[in-house]
This record gives sequence, C-alpha cells and structure tokens, in this order.
Amino acid sequence: MSSTWMTTRAWLLMLPLLVVMVAVIGWPLVDTVGLSFTDAKLVGTGGNYVGFDNYANMLSSSNFSRTLVTTTLFAVISVAAEMVIGVLAALLLNQQFHGRAVLRALMILPWALPTVVNATLWRLIYNPEYGALNAALTQLNLIDAYRSWLGEPGTALTALIVADCWKNFPLVALIALAALQAVPRDITAASLVDGAGPFNRFRFVILPYLAGPLMVALVLRTIEAFKVFDIIWVMTRGGPANSTRTLSILVYQEAFSFQRAGSGASLALIVTLLVTVLAVAYAALVKKTAGSAV
Amino acid sequence: MERRSSAFTMFIYACALLLAAIILAPIAWLFIMSISPAADLAAKPLRWWPQAADFSRYQTLLSTAENSAGAAFTSSLRNSLEIAGMATLAALALAIPAGWAVSRTPAIGWSLSMVIATYMLPPVALAVPLYMGLSHLGLLNNVFGLALVYLTILAPFTTWLMKSGFDSIPREIEAAAMIDGAGLFQTLRIITLPLAAPVMATSALFAVLLAWDEFFYALLFTSDQRAKTLTVAIADLAGGRVSDYGLIATAGVLAALPPVLIGLVMQRALISGLTSGGVKG
Repeated sequence: MSSTWMTTRAWLLMLPLLVVMVAVIGWPLVDTVGLSFTDAKLVGTGGNYVGFDNYANMLSSSNFSRTLVTTTLFAVISVAAEMVIGVLAALLLNQQFHGRAVLRALMILPWALPTVVNATLWRLIYNPEYGALNAALTQLNLIDAYRSWLGEPGTALTALIVADCWKNFPLVALIALAALQAVPRDITAASLVDGAGPFNRFRFVILPYLAGPLMVALVLRTIEAFKVFDIIWVMTRGGPANSTRTLSILVYQEAFSFQRAGSGASLALIVTLLVTVLAVAYAALVKKTAGSAV
Repeated sequence: MERRSSAFTMFIYACALLLAAIILAPIAWLFIMSISPAADLAAKPLRWWPQAADFSRYQTLLSTAENSAGAAFTSSLRNSLEIAGMATLAALALAIPAGWAVSRTPAIGWSLSMVIATYMLPPVALAVPLYMGLSHLGLLNNVFGLALVYLTILAPFTTWLMKSGFDSIPREIEAAAMIDGAGLFQTLRIITLPLAAPVMATSALFAVLLAWDEFFYALLFTSDQRAKTLTVAIADLAGGRVSDYGLIATAGVLAALPPVLIGLVMQRALISGLTSGGVKG
C-alpha cells in the first residue's frame, strides 16, 4: 500500500474530530480574539473596534493586578502543598503494612468526588453557625467563639486552599506511588549495602525515578490551579471583599455579570497567554528533568 | 524487604491511621449530615452522631412530585445522565477513528498534539463566543447544546487515551489479518476493536466522569430544569437559602455516588490511565 494513500486515509479518519474541534474550540478562540478588540456587549449587536483599549484598561486596572496575585498565591501554595503531602503519602503507601490495599483504595475517593460536591462539603464544614470545624475547635478548646472562616478576608483563601488540597493530593500520591513501584528492588538493596542513609537513599536513588512523573503532575496541577473557577465560585464567589477572586472569576464577572463581552474577552486572552507561558516553560523543564533522570 | 525496628513499624501504622482519618473524616461527615435530624445539626455543642438515623431527605430529593425540591433535583439528575451519555458517545465516535489513525500513521501525530494542547486553554477563553453561538442556534438551556460544548473537554482526552490504547496493540496482528485477505474495515472490526475494548471502556468512564463533574459551562449555558445539571443544582442549593444543611449534604451524597462507585470498582484501570497520562503527558 502506498504511503500517500495511508496518510490520506489517516487524515480522513481524523477529519470528523478535526471538524468538531474547529467548530467548538478553533472558531470560538478566533472569535474571542476578534471580540477583544471591540466594546461588544454580551447581548445585542457586535460593538465597535477599539484597538488595544481593552487590553490597556485591563492591564492597568488594580482589579487585575490584585486578582493575578490572588491566583498566583492560590496556585503556588495549593500545588506545593499537594506535591509535598502527596509524595509523603506515596512513601507511606509504598511501605508494607496491614490494610495498605484498603488505604490505597480510599485514596481514589477525594479524586472521584465531584469538584462541586467537594466545595459544598467544605462550605458546610466551614459554616460560621453550625459548621463542623467551629464545633470541633470549640470542643477542643482551641477557639473561644465560632468564626466565619469563609467570611473573613484573612482566612477565606487559606480555607479554600485546604479544601482544594484535600481533593487533589491523593492524585499526586497515586502518581508518585506508581513511580515508586517502578524503582528496581536491587537498586534500593544495593544502596542499603553501600550504607546510604534514608535521606540519601531518597535523594539519590528514589527521587530520580519520581522526578519525571512528578514534574508532569506539577505542570498539569499548576495549569489547573491557575484556571481555578468551580471550587471558588461555590465556596465564596470570589468574596469576601474580593479576597478570593481569581482570574477566571474576574473574567466571568466582566463578561457575564457585567455583560462586557469585549473587555471580558481581552482578559480571557491575557489569562490564556499566562497559562501558555507556564505550559511552555514547564514543557522545557520536563524535557530537561526527564533527560537527567535516565 | 529490609528489617524494621518496632518503633518504625508503630510510626508507619500511626501515619496510616492519620492518612485514613484525613481522607475519610470529611466524606463520613457528609454522609452523617445527610442522615442527622436537622435539630442535631443545629445543636450546640454539635451532635456528631445522630440519635436516630433519618433517611427521609433521600426520599424528599428522589421524589418527583410537581414543584418539590425533589422535582428540581431529579430533573437535574436526568439532565446530567443524558448530557454525560450523549457527550461520551459522541466523543468516542470521534476518538476511535482518530486515535487509530494517529497510532498507525505517526506522520499526522502533530494534529493530535494540537488537539491535546487545547487542554490548557482556560474555558473562559471560549465561553463568550460559545454563549453567543448557542444563543444564535437556539441551543442555550438545552441538553444537546451542553453535550456539544462538552466535546471541547471530552474529545481531546478520549482521543489521546484511545491512541495510547491502539499503540499497545501490535500492528503485526492487523498486517497478518490483511495478508489473509481481510479488508481494512473487516480487520478493524474483527481484530483491532475487540482488542481495544478495555481501552474504550476506560475512555468512556473517564469521559462520563469529566462530564458529570463539569460546572463552568453548565452554569453559563443552562438556566432551568430543562437543562440544568446536577453540579449546578447543588451549587444552587449550597448558595441558596436552604435552612436544612442536611438536605444539601444529601444532594452531595447522591451526586457523588456514581463517580465514587466507578472510582472504586474501576480503580486499577483508572489509576493506570491516570499514571500513564502522568508519565507520557
């Protein structure tokens, strides 16, 4: 069979996917770019060309810079915590003990719980009047009076990060565990014979095997955390006093609450650009790590 | 296995208990809230264990009486099932031929890379034109419209999973069948697709989970019982003026049940899918 025919046939089989992807992703993305240069409203006829005004206004607004800081804080702290707790949990699950299989099976629960259910659950736990957190801390005499964990700007972001970590660290743990189980036994045994302590064994024998998969998990989680919307919308809607407003929430408010489609589109593209930069930087990093691990 | 001191063994068990408590406590509390009488949940000090289990909220939410809390919940349940089912079938219909084509013809692999790269696009970058487009087509607040939009998430993911699945089926098997005189489509039907059935099942489950979990597009593009999904219905409950927190918890338990059961039963397949995703990117 000729290779041109093979390639043509392959393209024909790809075609339905490509057509649909162009319709639901390609065209909307191009349209967003077009909208971002107009003052179009969400409903009604498509507005006037305004050049880079939307971008200039957005980038110079204090709303944007504050939201960018909040988003970065959320992404960096929650992903870092998920990585550390996830690897610790994986190291534990890689030990031999009774009930290990059950515990490993339980790890799938937070991951499987729908994001909105997780957000609702933690919202109930943090409830200022009847929440379990207030009740537990009061009964343990750790606090004197019930607090509004999600209602105070000082604690709301931390409370959100805890809820996000709880749902996502098990995934990191499962990925790290799979990598740990791929470490050849004779290598760890040899390092023991050579007298390596637990820390050195982790650093020089085990970590190289973990680095690749963990880097990929880190990339994917960071990109997701940077785009975060669901958990914040359900728990705080970006409040109190915008202290938990992330970039996706700001785009939602701009484009849908205030119906400023043009300026919302420009903000959405700024977010897209930031995510792309993150992804490209990480892709380079992953390549490097994967190369050095072998 | 190296020998462990008994102190280290104790330490391992203590950590295992702590981890189990961290994972289980919130989930157990969600369930306890759902069966605790409202008075117990509002008591101070809080009553951690109900005096009598009360399953009436499950009955309330699953009843289909007109204009009840149950009617809103059951219709959202039905919408979620319909949308997840339609979007999953459509995604697989696109993913199976495309995944096979890329697996057997690496020269066109870059087109799949482009499709997968859309994963990092924030949904907000597509939301405004999708809203306007759906509105133009009369597909706002419509299960078909939302299922179509869900292809933006489901199709790239399932295609990539199917491609890795086909990669692990040796092409020599296909070549052998063709030498024996089978045509391409006969070969695919008799040889390749049956071998790929487990991957198809895993892809379908992932797709259902993704659709079941989706919130952002559902929030934007649906407005009433005709198309609202479970996630939106639960967010409405959580953000509304419902005074019985147990009812919110009950809705959460019911919405979590299908994915949690899928997760527990399909554990091995899901984890290998996730970790191969983690390794290969």
